[in-house]
Amino acid sequence: MGEKVVEVDGLVKRYGDLTAIDDISFDIRAGEIFGMVGPNGAGKTTTVECIEGLRRPDQGTVRVLGMRPGVDHYALAERIGIQFQVDALPPRIKVGETLDLFAHFYSNPLEWQKLLEQLGLSAKKHSPFATLSGGQKQRLFIALALVNDPDLLFMDEPTTGLDPQSRRAMWGMVEDIRARGKTVFLTTHSMEEAERLCDRVAIMDHGRIMALDTPDNLIAALKAETRVVFAVEGRMDTEVLSDIPGVTRVEQRNGRVVVHGSGSGFLGRVISALESSKVSFGQLRTEEPGLEDVFLALTGREMRD
Amino acid sequence: MLQTRALGKLVVVQVKLYLREPIAVFFTLLMPVMLLVMMGFILGNEPVSELGGRGHLDVNLSGYAALVIGILGIAGVPIETATRRETGVLRRFRATPLRPLTYIASDVLGNFAMMVLGVTVVFLLGRFGYGVRFHGSLPTLALGVFLSAAAFLSVAYVLASIIPTSRAAMVVGNVLLYPMLVLSGAVVPQQVMPETVRNVARFVPLTYVVTLFGGLWSGHGLSEHLREILVLGGVLIVGVALAAWLFRWE
Ligand SMILES: Nc1ncnc2c1ncn2[C@@H]1O[C@H](COP(=O)(O)OP(=O)(O)OP(=O)(O)O)[C@@H](O)[C@H]1O
Ligand SMILES: [Mg+2]
Repeated sequence: MGEKVVEVDGLVKRYGDLTAIDDISFDIRAGEIFGMVGPNGAGKTTTVECIEGLRRPDQGTVRVLGMRPGVDHYALAERIGIQFQVDALPPRIKVGETLDLFAHFYSNPLEWQKLLEQLGLSAKKHSPFATLSGGQKQRLFIALALVNDPDLLFMDEPTTGLDPQSRRAMWGMVEDIRARGKTVFLTTHSMEEAERLCDRVAIMDHGRIMALDTPDNLIAALKAETRVVFAVEGRMDTEVLSDIPGVTRVEQRNGRVVVHGSGSGFLGRVISALESSKVSFGQLRTEEPGLEDVFLALTGREMRD
Repeated sequence: MLQTRALGKLVVVQVKLYLREPIAVFFTLLMPVMLLVMMGFILGNEPVSELGGRGHLDVNLSGYAALVIGILGIAGVPIETATRRETGVLRRFRATPLRPLTYIASDVLGNFAMMVLGVTVVFLLGRFGYGVRFHGSLPTLALGVFLSAAAFLSVAYVLASIIPTSRAAMVVGNVLLYPMLVLSGAVVPQQVMPETVRNVARFVPLTYVVTLFGGLWSGHGLSEHLREILVLGGVLIVGVALAAWLFRWE
């Protein structure tokens, strides 16, 4: 594990009576993609912006790249890249013009033409900002966050509003950034995204960190069950399944059977029981527990509630 | 610390953005010119006895020039800055090492250039389009224009710092602008105003711009306008101090 690039200790942030961040502590290490997931209003943006130095915490200390956010603002701004959840530019500024301008704010900027190319915006170089599609705007803001070749990149919901293809492209890009030795802190609503992309994930709810670990460890700690799902014609006698060691529960509804269970060899035993019982079954698949289940277990409700 | 690389680029972009905004250009740069053309068409510049044997444009030209400075300073710059703050454009800048002072300097320089351009167009059109005679010295007039522009830009940034939203900036702009245009003599000459109105006008900063331009145009030296210079200089110094203290990105 790399050295700590972000250290948060006892962070508290209040807005009037509301405690938006309720005493959280965590570190982010060099070279990792650190994810923060949680529902609307969990406090993700507030956390990120306290770390960036754009909001002032009420309590606690934050260190970023050894500097104090807000205090060492200009030195820190040279080395971090920020993509806001909601961002804006003057409507009539052109894409190329914007990157050229922002490149002039830093002492060691990247070649912005290449950046435009990498983000698939070369054809839009002369287009005014207001004429870009949502996804194109998003990519332009990513380009702005990367123009100083930052050591640490903050992305607040980078894939919200993107189509599946752009979302996948964005994941690839974030992985490339890590491959170049950079650190990424991203927030998301998507458990799939966190699972697929992040080295470590903090699950946040009501201003608290409910759990923080690698996606695999979070899921394993849940000791959640695997589900085997298949279709049958008519109804089957499910006794052959519920007798299998490891199976905890069998549900049958509308020609669909769900077998809950865990343990090694669980899937194999279910399949051989089906074969020997001569039931004609199809469309068999397994559902592994995911971060979605972790969230459910931790908070007692679905992410989307 | 002045960020010269950023500043140079930002001035150019600011001016380009302004010129790409047709409505802003119309209300700030073109309106005074149109007023000049309309008044020239309606009243002409024949000598008139109520104006002491001078023509309407002889008397009013400096007022139209002052209008450029008043409109941009009181309405144009505060509205644009408040809009940028409100929409989050300033926040985007705040995420970079750009310093507020560099941003303000770029905006001030860009608008300064626009003010000088607008004033020049009005004066050139008056001089060569309508034959308004120029008796002053160009460098002296230029100094007067620079001082006035700088003073009003500092007022612009005080307003931009304290007005929270673009809507409020529009309201404040209109509430301040129209009485100011009328009272200052920028549209109606001071000579034809009643005494009481002229007394109120002494508290309107644009009045000093109108008087200064008029005097310098007709051949006065700077020493004959110490009062105007002191007032505008004072406005400039107080304005810069206040704006530097009050300005916020968000
Ligand atoms: N400037 C503010 N003033 C008052 N309350 C605020 C402010 N910013 C955030 N809040 C409140 O703090 C809480 C956390 O907000 P935050 O934006 O950090 O959540 P989030 O996890 O980023 O949510 P989302 O997923 O919707 O972006 C919310 O209840 C929100 O209403
Ligand atoms: Mg958020």
